[in-house]
Amino acid sequence: MGKTFHCTKIAKGQAEAEAIVSKDAVCFYLVEPDTGVVVEKNHDITGQSIAGKILIMPSGKGSSVVQADGLYKLAQRGMEPKAIIVEQADTVLVSSAIIMETPMVHQVEKGFYDEVKTGMRLRLDAAQGTITIL
Amino acid sequence: MKLTSYEQEILDGKHGAGMAMAMEIQVAIGETFDADRMVNITRTHVALSAQDADLWFAEKLLAKGARCIVSPTVNPSINLKYLNEHLFEVPEEGKRIVSATNEAYRKLGATLTFDCTPYLQQNVPAFGEVISFSESSATPYVNSVIGARTNREASQSALCAAITGMVPRYGLLLDENRRAQVVVDVEADVRTDFDYQLLGWCYPEKYKGLEVPVFTGIQVRPTPEGFMNFGAQLNTSGCVPMYHIAGITPEAPTLEAALGGNAVKHRFSITQKDLDATRERLCGAPGKINFAMFGCPHITINQVAAIARICDGRRFGVDTWLLTSSLTKELAGRMGFLDIIQRAGGHIVADTCIDVPPCWQPYYGSVGVTDSPKCAYYNEIRGIKFIIRPIEEAIEAAIIGEVRK
Repeated sequence: MGKTFHCTKIAKGQAEAEAIVSKDAVCFYLVEPDTGVVVEKNHDITGQSIAGKILIMPSGKGSSVVQADGLYKLAQRGMEPKAIIVEQADTVLVSSAIIMETPMVHQVEKGFYDEVKTGMRLRLDAAQGTITIL
Repeated sequence: MKLTSYEQEILDGKHGAGMAMAMEIQVAIGETFDADRMVNITRTHVALSAQDADLWFAEKLLAKGARCIVSPTVNPSINLKYLNEHLFEVPEEGKRIVSATNEAYRKLGATLTFDCTPYLQQNVPAFGEVISFSESSATPYVNSVIGARTNREASQSALCAAITGMVPRYGLLLDENRRAQVVVDVEADVRTDFDYQLLGWCYPEKYKGLEVPVFTGIQVRPTPEGFMNFGAQLNTSGCVPMYHIAGITPEAPTLEAALGGNAVKHRFSITQKDLDATRERLCGAPGKINFAMFGCPHITINQVAAIARICDGRRFGVDTWLLTSSLTKELAGRMGFLDIIQRAGGHIVADTCIDVPPCWQPYYGSVGVTDSPKCAYYNEIRGIKFIIRPIEEAIEAAIIGEVRK
Protein backbone atom coordinates (compact mmCIF):
# COMPACT_ATOMS: atom_id res chain seq x y z
CA MET A 1 0.00 0.00 0.00
CA GLY A 2 1.32 3.44 -0.93
CA LYS A 3 1.67 6.64 1.01
CA THR A 4 -1.51 8.70 1.60
CA PHE A 5 -1.75 12.49 1.93
CA HIS A 6 -4.70 14.55 3.12
CA CYS A 7 -6.21 17.30 0.99
CA THR A 8 -9.40 19.38 0.73
CA LYS A 9 -12.13 18.87 -1.84
CA ILE A 10 -12.98 21.55 -4.39
CA ALA A 11 -14.88 19.51 -6.99
CA LYS A 12 -16.17 16.04 -6.09
CA GLY A 13 -15.11 12.76 -7.64
CA GLN A 14 -12.49 10.04 -7.66
CA ALA A 15 -9.72 9.14 -10.05
CA GLU A 16 -6.84 6.76 -10.43
CA ALA A 17 -4.25 7.69 -13.04
CA GLU A 18 -0.71 8.68 -13.86
CA ALA A 19 0.52 12.02 -12.47
CA ILE A 20 1.75 14.91 -14.57
CA VAL A 21 3.44 17.72 -12.64
CA SER A 22 3.57 21.26 -14.06
CA LYS A 23 5.65 23.97 -12.39
CA ASP A 24 3.77 26.61 -14.40
CA ALA A 25 0.14 27.67 -14.21
CA VAL A 26 -2.01 25.97 -16.86
CA CYS A 27 -4.44 27.67 -19.23
CA PHE A 28 -6.68 25.03 -20.87
CA TYR A 29 -7.15 27.24 -23.92
CA LEU A 30 -3.51 26.60 -24.75
CA VAL A 31 -3.91 22.82 -24.74
CA GLU A 32 -4.58 21.13 -28.09
CA PRO A 33 -8.18 19.84 -27.79
CA ASP A 34 -7.70 16.77 -30.01
CA THR A 35 -4.67 15.41 -28.17
CA GLY A 36 -4.51 17.02 -24.72
CA VAL A 37 -0.98 18.24 -25.51
CA VAL A 38 0.08 21.56 -23.96
CA VAL A 39 0.99 23.91 -26.80
CA GLU A 40 1.81 27.06 -24.83
CA LYS A 41 5.35 28.19 -25.60
CA ASN A 42 8.03 28.33 -22.89
CA HIS A 43 5.83 26.27 -20.55
CA ASP A 44 7.11 23.66 -18.09
CA ILE A 45 5.10 20.87 -19.79
CA THR A 46 5.05 22.07 -23.41
CA GLY A 47 4.59 19.10 -25.71
CA GLN A 48 3.29 16.77 -22.98
CA SER A 49 -0.26 15.45 -22.82
CA ILE A 50 -2.54 15.97 -19.82
CA ALA A 51 -5.26 13.71 -21.25
CA GLY A 52 -6.45 11.04 -18.80
CA LYS A 53 -3.87 12.05 -16.19
CA ILE A 54 -3.99 13.62 -12.75
CA LEU A 55 -2.70 17.15 -13.33
CA ILE A 56 -0.68 18.77 -10.54
CA MET A 57 -0.20 22.51 -11.00
CA PRO A 58 0.39 25.69 -8.96
CA SER A 59 -2.69 27.52 -10.31
CA GLY A 60 -4.85 28.14 -13.33
CA LYS A 61 -4.64 31.25 -15.45
CA GLY A 62 -6.73 33.07 -18.03
CA SER A 63 -10.20 34.59 -18.11
CA SER A 64 -13.33 32.57 -17.37
CA VAL A 65 -14.13 32.57 -21.07
CA VAL A 66 -10.91 30.90 -22.16
CA GLN A 67 -10.43 28.60 -19.15
CA ALA A 68 -13.91 27.04 -19.18
CA ASP A 69 -14.00 26.83 -22.95
CA GLY A 70 -10.59 25.14 -23.04
CA LEU A 71 -11.60 22.49 -20.51
CA TYR A 72 -14.95 22.00 -22.27
CA LYS A 73 -13.32 21.38 -25.65
CA LEU A 74 -10.99 18.80 -24.05
CA ALA A 75 -13.88 17.06 -22.30
CA GLN A 76 -15.90 16.89 -25.54
CA ARG A 77 -13.08 14.84 -27.06
CA GLY A 78 -12.33 12.77 -23.94
CA MET A 79 -8.93 14.48 -23.60
CA GLU A 80 -9.48 16.21 -20.26
CA PRO A 81 -7.38 15.47 -17.16
CA LYS A 82 -8.89 12.78 -14.88
CA ALA A 83 -8.42 15.07 -11.87
CA ILE A 84 -6.60 18.26 -10.82
CA ILE A 85 -4.47 18.98 -7.75
CA VAL A 86 -3.94 22.73 -7.37
CA GLU A 87 -2.00 24.87 -4.88
CA GLN A 88 -3.69 28.27 -5.38
CA ALA A 89 -7.22 28.01 -6.71
CA ASP A 90 -9.07 30.98 -8.19
CA THR A 91 -12.81 31.46 -8.81
CA VAL A 92 -12.47 30.86 -12.55
CA LEU A 93 -10.66 27.51 -12.14
CA VAL A 94 -13.04 26.38 -9.39
CA SER A 95 -16.14 27.18 -11.47
CA SER A 96 -14.69 25.46 -14.53
CA ALA A 97 -13.80 22.25 -12.66
CA ILE A 98 -17.18 21.97 -10.94
CA ILE A 99 -19.12 22.62 -14.11
CA MET A 100 -17.08 20.14 -16.14
CA GLU A 101 -17.27 17.63 -13.26
CA THR A 102 -13.48 17.28 -13.11
CA PRO A 103 -12.49 16.17 -9.58
CA MET A 104 -10.25 18.83 -8.02
CA VAL A 105 -8.55 19.23 -4.63
CA HIS A 106 -6.27 21.73 -2.90
CA GLN A 107 -4.53 22.26 0.46
CA VAL A 108 -2.54 19.05 0.15
CA GLU A 109 -0.56 17.92 3.19
CA LYS A 110 3.09 18.97 3.34
CA GLY A 111 5.52 16.53 1.85
CA PHE A 112 3.33 15.53 -1.10
CA TYR A 113 5.01 17.95 -3.45
CA ASP A 114 8.47 16.65 -2.48
CA GLU A 115 7.50 13.10 -3.36
CA VAL A 116 5.22 13.33 -6.36
CA LYS A 117 6.83 13.00 -9.81
CA THR A 118 5.46 12.86 -13.32
CA GLY A 119 4.67 9.26 -14.23
CA MET A 120 3.81 8.06 -10.70
CA ARG A 121 0.43 6.39 -10.31
CA LEU A 122 -1.98 8.20 -7.96
CA ARG A 123 -5.40 7.52 -6.49
CA LEU A 124 -7.43 10.59 -5.57
CA ASP A 125 -10.70 10.74 -3.67
CA ALA A 126 -11.98 14.31 -3.37
CA ALA A 127 -14.85 13.54 -0.97
CA GLN A 128 -12.56 11.61 1.37
CA GLY A 129 -9.86 14.26 0.96
CA THR A 130 -7.09 11.77 0.21
CA ILE A 131 -4.38 11.30 -2.40
CA THR A 132 -2.43 8.03 -2.42
CA ILE A 133 0.84 7.49 -4.25
CA LEU A 134 0.51 3.88 -5.37
CA MET B 1 -20.26 27.19 5.27
CA LYS B 2 -23.44 27.90 7.20
CA LEU B 3 -26.59 27.92 5.07
CA THR B 4 -30.01 29.26 6.05
CA SER B 5 -32.98 26.90 5.75
CA TYR B 6 -34.00 28.66 2.51
CA GLU B 7 -30.50 28.21 1.06
CA GLN B 8 -30.48 24.54 2.11
CA GLU B 9 -33.85 24.09 0.39
CA ILE B 10 -32.40 25.54 -2.80
CA LEU B 11 -29.46 23.16 -2.58
CA ASP B 12 -31.82 20.23 -1.97
CA GLY B 13 -33.71 21.02 -5.17
CA LYS B 14 -36.95 22.28 -3.61
CA HIS B 15 -36.79 25.38 -5.83
CA GLY B 16 -35.93 23.50 -9.01
CA ALA B 17 -33.01 21.62 -10.47
CA GLY B 18 -31.55 24.69 -12.21
CA MET B 19 -31.36 26.77 -9.06
CA ALA B 20 -29.96 23.76 -7.18
CA MET B 21 -27.18 23.40 -9.75
CA ALA B 22 -26.29 27.11 -9.47
CA MET B 23 -26.28 26.88 -5.66
CA GLU B 24 -24.14 23.73 -5.68
CA ILE B 25 -21.48 25.53 -7.73
CA GLN B 26 -21.58 28.58 -5.48
CA VAL B 27 -21.37 26.55 -2.27
CA ALA B 28 -18.33 24.71 -3.65
CA ILE B 29 -16.71 28.06 -4.47
CA GLY B 30 -17.59 29.37 -0.99
CA GLU B 31 -16.08 26.32 0.70
CA THR B 32 -12.91 26.57 -1.39
CA PHE B 33 -12.38 30.16 -0.23
CA ASP B 34 -13.55 29.67 3.37
CA ALA B 35 -16.73 31.76 3.04
CA ASP B 36 -18.78 31.76 6.23
CA ARG B 37 -22.19 32.24 4.59
CA MET B 38 -24.11 33.48 1.54
CA VAL B 39 -25.09 37.15 1.12
CA ASN B 40 -27.72 38.72 -1.11
CA ILE B 41 -26.71 40.71 -4.16
CA THR B 42 -28.54 43.44 -6.05
CA ARG B 43 -26.74 43.49 -9.42
CA THR B 44 -25.00 41.06 -11.75
CA HIS B 45 -23.08 41.28 -15.00
CA VAL B 46 -22.18 38.19 -17.03
CA ALA B 47 -19.33 38.10 -19.55
CA LEU B 48 -21.36 36.28 -22.20
CA SER B 49 -18.93 35.09 -24.88
CA ALA B 50 -20.91 33.02 -27.38
CA GLN B 51 -18.26 30.32 -27.30
CA ASP B 52 -18.93 26.57 -26.97
CA ALA B 53 -18.74 26.29 -23.19
CA ASP B 54 -20.77 29.46 -22.67
CA LEU B 55 -23.68 28.16 -24.75
CA TRP B 56 -23.44 24.67 -23.27
CA PHE B 57 -23.61 25.98 -19.70
CA ALA B 58 -26.44 28.47 -20.36
CA GLU B 59 -28.50 25.78 -22.13
CA LYS B 60 -27.82 23.25 -19.38
CA LEU B 61 -29.14 25.68 -16.73
CA LEU B 62 -32.10 26.51 -18.92
CA ALA B 63 -32.97 22.85 -19.48
CA LYS B 64 -33.01 22.39 -15.71
CA GLY B 65 -35.50 25.22 -15.44
CA ALA B 66 -33.23 27.96 -14.06
CA ARG B 67 -34.31 31.62 -14.25
CA CYS B 68 -32.43 34.74 -13.13
CA ILE B 69 -33.66 36.40 -9.94
CA VAL B 70 -31.26 39.33 -10.37
CA SER B 71 -31.26 39.92 -14.12
CA PRO B 72 -27.68 40.32 -15.37
CA THR B 73 -26.52 42.70 -18.06
CA VAL B 74 -24.33 40.87 -20.56
CA ASN B 75 -21.20 41.33 -22.63
CA PRO B 76 -21.26 41.94 -26.39
CA SER B 77 -21.01 39.18 -28.98
CA ILE B 78 -21.63 39.72 -32.71
CA ASN B 79 -24.09 42.06 -34.40
CA LEU B 80 -24.80 39.59 -37.22
CA LYS B 81 -27.04 41.91 -39.22
CA TYR B 82 -24.58 44.80 -39.33
CA LEU B 83 -21.56 42.67 -40.15
CA ASN B 84 -23.44 40.77 -42.84
CA GLU B 85 -24.41 44.08 -44.43
CA HIS B 86 -21.05 45.83 -44.13
CA LEU B 87 -18.20 43.32 -43.81
CA PHE B 88 -18.89 39.74 -44.87
CA GLU B 89 -21.30 36.84 -44.62
CA VAL B 90 -20.68 35.51 -41.11
CA PRO B 91 -20.11 31.71 -41.44
CA GLU B 92 -23.10 29.48 -40.57
CA GLU B 93 -21.45 28.05 -37.45
CA GLY B 94 -20.89 31.58 -36.13
CA LYS B 95 -24.47 32.61 -36.85
CA ARG B 96 -25.79 29.51 -35.15
CA ILE B 97 -23.82 29.83 -31.93
CA VAL B 98 -24.48 33.59 -31.59
CA SER B 99 -28.23 33.23 -32.15
CA ALA B 100 -28.50 30.22 -29.84
CA THR B 101 -26.52 31.97 -27.08
CA ASN B 102 -28.64 35.11 -27.28
CA GLU B 103 -31.80 33.01 -27.15
CA ALA B 104 -30.59 30.97 -24.15
CA TYR B 105 -29.68 34.11 -22.18
CA ARG B 106 -32.96 35.79 -23.10
CA LYS B 107 -34.90 32.77 -21.82
CA LEU B 108 -32.81 32.68 -18.63
CA GLY B 109 -33.98 36.23 -18.02
CA ALA B 110 -30.81 38.19 -18.76
CA THR B 111 -30.99 41.83 -19.86
CA LEU B 112 -29.52 41.81 -23.35
CA THR B 113 -27.39 44.98 -23.23
CA PHE B 114 -24.45 43.40 -25.14
CA ASP B 115 -22.07 45.96 -23.67
CA CYS B 116 -18.86 45.46 -21.68
CA THR B 117 -19.03 48.80 -19.80
CA PRO B 118 -22.15 48.29 -17.65
CA TYR B 119 -20.49 50.38 -14.93
CA LEU B 120 -20.87 53.49 -17.12
CA GLN B 121 -24.45 52.89 -18.23
CA GLN B 122 -27.30 50.44 -17.58
CA ASN B 123 -25.90 48.68 -14.50
CA VAL B 124 -24.09 51.20 -12.31
CA PRO B 125 -23.68 50.09 -8.68
CA ALA B 126 -23.43 52.35 -5.63
CA PHE B 127 -20.68 52.59 -3.03
CA GLY B 128 -20.73 49.55 -0.74
CA GLU B 129 -23.25 47.63 -2.83
CA VAL B 130 -22.58 43.87 -2.92
CA ILE B 131 -22.73 42.63 -6.51
CA SER B 132 -21.47 39.86 -8.79
CA PHE B 133 -19.63 41.12 -11.88
CA SER B 134 -17.54 39.16 -14.35
CA GLU B 135 -15.65 40.90 -17.23
CA SER B 136 -12.05 42.02 -16.84
CA SER B 137 -12.56 45.78 -17.24
CA ALA B 138 -15.72 45.84 -15.12
CA THR B 139 -14.45 44.14 -11.96
CA PRO B 140 -11.66 46.66 -11.18
CA TYR B 141 -13.88 49.61 -12.11
CA VAL B 142 -16.76 48.76 -9.79
CA ASN B 143 -14.47 47.80 -6.90
CA SER B 144 -11.89 50.56 -7.20
CA VAL B 145 -13.54 53.60 -8.77
CA ILE B 146 -17.03 53.16 -7.32
CA GLY B 147 -16.37 51.17 -4.14
CA ALA B 148 -18.99 48.50 -4.85
CA ARG B 149 -18.00 44.96 -3.81
CA THR B 150 -17.48 42.00 -6.12
CA ASN B 151 -15.00 39.19 -6.45
CA ARG B 152 -13.30 38.52 -9.78
CA GLU B 153 -16.17 36.32 -10.91
CA ALA B 154 -16.06 33.82 -13.72
CA SER B 155 -18.83 34.34 -16.29
CA GLN B 156 -20.28 31.04 -15.04
CA SER B 157 -20.17 31.95 -11.34
CA ALA B 158 -21.76 35.35 -12.07
CA LEU B 159 -24.56 33.60 -13.95
CA CYS B 160 -25.08 31.29 -10.95
CA ALA B 161 -25.30 34.40 -8.74
CA ALA B 162 -27.93 35.89 -11.06
CA ILE B 163 -29.96 32.70 -10.63
CA THR B 164 -29.73 32.37 -6.84
CA GLY B 165 -29.61 36.11 -6.09
CA MET B 166 -26.69 35.62 -3.72
CA VAL B 167 -22.95 35.01 -3.50
CA PRO B 168 -20.65 33.33 -0.97
CA ARG B 169 -19.05 35.91 1.34
CA TYR B 170 -15.27 35.85 0.83
CA GLY B 171 -12.42 37.82 -0.74
CA LEU B 172 -13.20 41.37 -1.82
CA LEU B 173 -16.59 41.36 -0.09
CA LEU B 174 -14.73 41.70 3.21
CA ASP B 175 -13.15 44.95 4.49
CA GLU B 176 -9.82 43.38 5.42
CA ASN B 177 -9.23 42.00 1.91
CA ARG B 178 -9.90 45.33 0.19
CA ARG B 179 -7.06 47.15 1.88
CA ALA B 180 -3.76 47.59 0.07
CA GLN B 181 -0.57 45.69 0.83
CA VAL B 182 1.54 46.93 -2.06
CA VAL B 183 2.52 50.59 -2.58
CA VAL B 184 3.38 51.83 -6.06
CA ASP B 185 4.96 55.29 -6.28
CA VAL B 186 4.15 56.65 -9.72
CA GLU B 187 7.06 58.88 -10.70
CA ALA B 188 6.02 59.13 -14.33
CA ASP B 189 3.93 61.81 -15.99
CA VAL B 190 0.53 60.12 -16.13
CA ARG B 191 -2.35 62.28 -17.30
CA THR B 192 -3.86 61.23 -20.65
CA ASP B 193 -6.25 58.31 -21.09
CA PHE B 194 -3.53 56.55 -23.07
CA ASP B 195 -1.03 56.95 -20.23
CA TYR B 196 -3.40 54.77 -18.17
CA GLN B 197 -3.27 52.02 -20.81
CA LEU B 198 0.51 51.94 -20.37
CA LEU B 199 0.48 52.21 -16.56
CA GLY B 200 -2.15 49.45 -16.38
CA TRP B 201 -0.10 47.15 -18.58
CA CYS B 202 3.18 48.01 -16.83
CA TYR B 203 2.22 47.24 -13.20
CA PRO B 204 1.73 43.45 -13.56
CA GLU B 205 4.92 43.29 -15.62
CA LYS B 206 6.83 44.70 -12.65
CA TYR B 207 5.00 42.87 -9.87
CA LYS B 208 3.26 39.49 -10.09
CA GLY B 209 1.75 39.31 -6.59
CA LEU B 210 -2.03 39.18 -6.16
CA GLU B 211 -2.29 41.67 -3.25
CA VAL B 212 -4.33 44.88 -3.68
CA PRO B 213 -2.03 47.75 -4.76
CA VAL B 214 -2.31 51.47 -3.94
CA PHE B 215 -0.85 53.95 -6.43
CA THR B 216 0.57 57.23 -5.11
CA GLY B 217 1.84 60.32 -6.92
CA ILE B 218 -1.11 60.73 -9.28
CA GLN B 219 -2.17 64.38 -8.97
CA VAL B 220 -4.90 64.74 -11.56
CA ARG B 221 -8.06 62.63 -11.35
CA PRO B 222 -8.33 60.28 -14.35
CA THR B 223 -11.34 60.69 -16.65
CA PRO B 224 -13.92 57.85 -16.72
CA GLU B 225 -12.17 56.67 -19.89
CA GLY B 226 -8.79 56.79 -18.11
CA PHE B 227 -10.16 54.63 -15.28
CA MET B 228 -11.78 52.29 -17.80
CA ASN B 229 -8.48 51.83 -19.66
CA PHE B 230 -6.52 51.40 -16.44
CA GLY B 231 -8.67 48.55 -15.09
CA ALA B 232 -8.94 46.80 -18.45
CA GLN B 233 -5.17 46.64 -18.85
CA LEU B 234 -4.36 45.82 -15.19
CA ASN B 235 -6.74 42.87 -15.31
CA THR B 236 -5.54 41.63 -18.72
CA SER B 237 -1.79 42.03 -18.33
CA GLY B 238 -2.25 40.63 -14.81
CA CYS B 239 -4.94 39.62 -12.36
CA VAL B 240 -5.92 42.84 -10.55
CA PRO B 241 -9.59 42.99 -9.58
CA MET B 242 -9.07 45.97 -7.26
CA TYR B 243 -6.63 48.85 -6.73
CA HIS B 244 -6.55 52.23 -5.00
CA ILE B 245 -5.24 55.63 -6.08
CA ALA B 246 -4.31 57.60 -2.97
CA GLY B 247 -6.29 60.83 -2.67
CA ILE B 248 -8.59 59.89 -5.56
CA THR B 249 -10.50 56.59 -5.27
CA PRO B 250 -13.18 56.38 -2.55
CA GLU B 251 -11.57 53.83 -0.23
CA ALA B 252 -8.23 55.67 -0.33
CA PRO B 253 -8.64 59.26 0.89
CA THR B 254 -5.02 58.90 2.01
CA LEU B 255 -2.26 56.32 1.61
CA GLU B 256 -2.75 55.31 5.24
CA ALA B 257 -6.48 54.80 4.74
CA ALA B 258 -5.83 52.60 1.71
CA LEU B 259 -3.46 50.43 3.76
CA GLY B 260 -5.87 50.34 6.70
CA GLY B 261 -3.15 49.30 9.15
CA ASN B 262 -1.66 46.64 6.85
CA ALA B 263 2.10 46.29 6.83
CA VAL B 264 3.54 47.21 3.42
CA LYS B 265 4.52 43.93 1.81
CA HIS B 266 6.27 45.49 -1.16
CA ARG B 267 6.93 49.08 -2.29
CA PHE B 268 8.39 50.15 -5.64
CA SER B 269 8.31 52.98 -8.19
CA ILE B 270 7.05 53.14 -11.75
CA THR B 271 9.13 55.75 -13.53
CA GLN B 272 8.85 57.43 -16.92
CA LYS B 273 11.58 55.03 -18.04
CA ASP B 274 9.38 52.05 -17.08
CA LEU B 275 6.41 53.43 -19.02
CA ASP B 276 8.61 54.21 -22.02
CA ALA B 277 9.94 50.64 -21.90
CA THR B 278 6.38 49.25 -21.81
CA ARG B 279 5.44 51.49 -24.75
CA GLU B 280 8.52 50.37 -26.67
CA ARG B 281 7.81 46.66 -26.10
CA LEU B 282 4.06 46.77 -26.55
CA CYS B 283 3.07 49.38 -29.11
CA GLY B 284 4.86 48.29 -32.29
CA ALA B 285 6.89 50.12 -34.93
CA PRO B 286 5.29 52.49 -37.47
CA GLY B 287 4.08 50.93 -40.71
CA LYS B 288 1.22 50.39 -43.15
CA ILE B 289 -2.12 49.19 -41.76
CA ASN B 290 -5.09 47.35 -43.28
CA PHE B 291 -7.76 48.42 -40.79
CA ALA B 292 -8.46 50.25 -37.51
CA MET B 293 -10.41 49.05 -34.48
CA PHE B 294 -11.55 50.85 -31.34
CA GLY B 295 -13.80 49.66 -28.55
CA CYS B 296 -12.00 47.32 -26.18
CA PRO B 297 -13.63 48.20 -23.83
CA HIS B 298 -16.57 49.73 -25.73
CA ILE B 299 -15.88 53.40 -26.48
CA THR B 300 -17.84 56.17 -24.76
CA ILE B 301 -19.71 59.09 -26.31
CA ASN B 302 -16.75 61.35 -25.40
CA GLN B 303 -14.44 59.13 -27.42
CA VAL B 304 -16.91 59.03 -30.32
CA ALA B 305 -17.00 62.86 -30.22
CA ALA B 306 -13.19 63.11 -30.25
CA ILE B 307 -13.02 60.75 -33.24
CA ALA B 308 -15.74 62.71 -35.10
CA ARG B 309 -13.81 65.97 -34.61
CA ILE B 310 -10.71 64.46 -36.23
CA CYS B 311 -12.39 62.77 -39.20
CA ASP B 312 -14.96 65.51 -39.97
CA GLY B 313 -14.82 66.26 -43.71
CA ARG B 314 -12.08 63.67 -44.35
CA ARG B 315 -12.06 60.04 -45.56
CA PHE B 316 -10.68 56.95 -43.83
CA GLY B 317 -8.04 55.22 -45.94
CA VAL B 318 -8.70 51.81 -44.32
CA ASP B 319 -11.73 50.02 -42.81
CA THR B 320 -12.41 51.72 -39.47
CA TRP B 321 -14.56 50.08 -36.79
CA LEU B 322 -15.83 51.79 -33.65
CA LEU B 323 -17.41 49.30 -31.23
CA THR B 324 -19.80 50.60 -28.61
CA SER B 325 -23.12 50.03 -26.86
CA SER B 326 -26.43 50.41 -28.69
CA LEU B 327 -27.24 53.38 -26.41
CA THR B 328 -24.02 55.20 -27.29
CA LYS B 329 -24.62 54.53 -30.99
CA GLU B 330 -28.12 55.98 -30.66
CA LEU B 331 -26.70 59.04 -28.90
CA ALA B 332 -23.98 59.41 -31.55
CA GLY B 333 -26.76 59.54 -34.14
CA ARG B 334 -28.63 62.20 -32.21
CA MET B 335 -25.46 64.29 -31.85
CA GLY B 336 -24.54 64.08 -35.56
CA PHE B 337 -21.35 62.14 -34.85
CA LEU B 338 -22.66 59.03 -36.62
CA ASP B 339 -23.24 61.01 -39.82
CA ILE B 340 -19.74 62.51 -39.68
CA ILE B 341 -18.12 59.14 -39.11
CA GLN B 342 -20.17 57.37 -41.78
CA ARG B 343 -19.46 60.14 -44.33
CA ALA B 344 -15.78 59.53 -43.63
CA GLY B 345 -16.38 55.87 -44.46
CA GLY B 346 -16.16 54.60 -40.87
CA HIS B 347 -18.50 52.25 -39.00
CA ILE B 348 -20.06 52.43 -35.56
CA VAL B 349 -21.25 48.94 -34.67
CA ALA B 350 -23.23 48.15 -31.53
CA ASP B 351 -23.39 44.92 -29.48
CA THR B 352 -20.13 43.53 -30.87
CA CYS B 353 -16.81 42.48 -29.32
CA ILE B 354 -13.29 42.59 -30.78
CA ASP B 355 -12.83 39.03 -29.52
CA VAL B 356 -15.77 36.91 -30.69
CA PRO B 357 -14.71 34.59 -33.47
CA PRO B 358 -15.36 34.36 -36.36
CA CYS B 359 -16.65 37.89 -36.87
CA TRP B 360 -13.33 39.54 -37.74
CA GLN B 361 -12.15 36.70 -39.99
CA PRO B 362 -11.53 38.99 -43.03
CA TYR B 363 -8.70 40.61 -41.04
CA TYR B 364 -6.97 37.42 -39.90
CA GLY B 365 -3.31 37.68 -40.82
CA SER B 366 -3.38 41.45 -41.38
CA VAL B 367 -2.17 44.55 -39.51
CA GLY B 368 -4.44 46.97 -37.70
CA VAL B 369 -4.18 50.03 -35.48
CA THR B 370 -5.92 50.35 -32.10
CA ASP B 371 -5.61 52.32 -28.88
CA SER B 372 -6.05 49.22 -26.68
CA PRO B 373 -3.33 46.75 -25.59
CA LYS B 374 -6.12 44.35 -24.54
CA CYS B 375 -7.52 44.37 -28.09
CA ALA B 376 -4.05 43.59 -29.44
CA TYR B 377 -3.40 40.80 -26.92
CA TYR B 378 -6.62 38.85 -27.57
CA ASN B 379 -6.15 38.96 -31.32
CA GLU B 380 -2.63 37.54 -31.32
CA ILE B 381 -3.96 33.98 -31.48
CA ARG B 382 -5.86 34.83 -34.68
CA GLY B 383 -2.75 36.18 -36.37
CA ILE B 384 -3.93 39.80 -36.31
CA LYS B 385 -1.10 42.19 -35.44
CA PHE B 386 -2.00 45.54 -33.94
CA ILE B 387 0.05 48.72 -33.77
CA ILE B 388 -1.04 50.55 -30.61
CA ARG B 389 -1.26 54.35 -30.46
CA PRO B 390 -3.27 56.98 -28.55
CA ILE B 391 -6.77 57.21 -30.03
CA GLU B 392 -6.16 60.57 -31.79
CA GLU B 393 -2.96 59.33 -33.47
CA ALA B 394 -4.63 56.05 -34.38
CA ILE B 395 -7.49 57.88 -36.10
CA GLU B 396 -4.99 59.98 -38.10
CA ALA B 397 -3.30 56.71 -39.07
CA ALA B 398 -6.65 55.25 -40.19
CA ILE B 399 -7.17 58.28 -42.45
CA ILE B 400 -3.78 58.03 -44.17
CA GLY B 401 -3.57 54.22 -44.01
CA GLU B 402 -0.29 54.23 -42.17
CA VAL B 403 1.16 54.74 -38.70
CA ARG B 404 3.92 57.28 -39.45
CA LYS B 405 5.62 57.59 -36.05
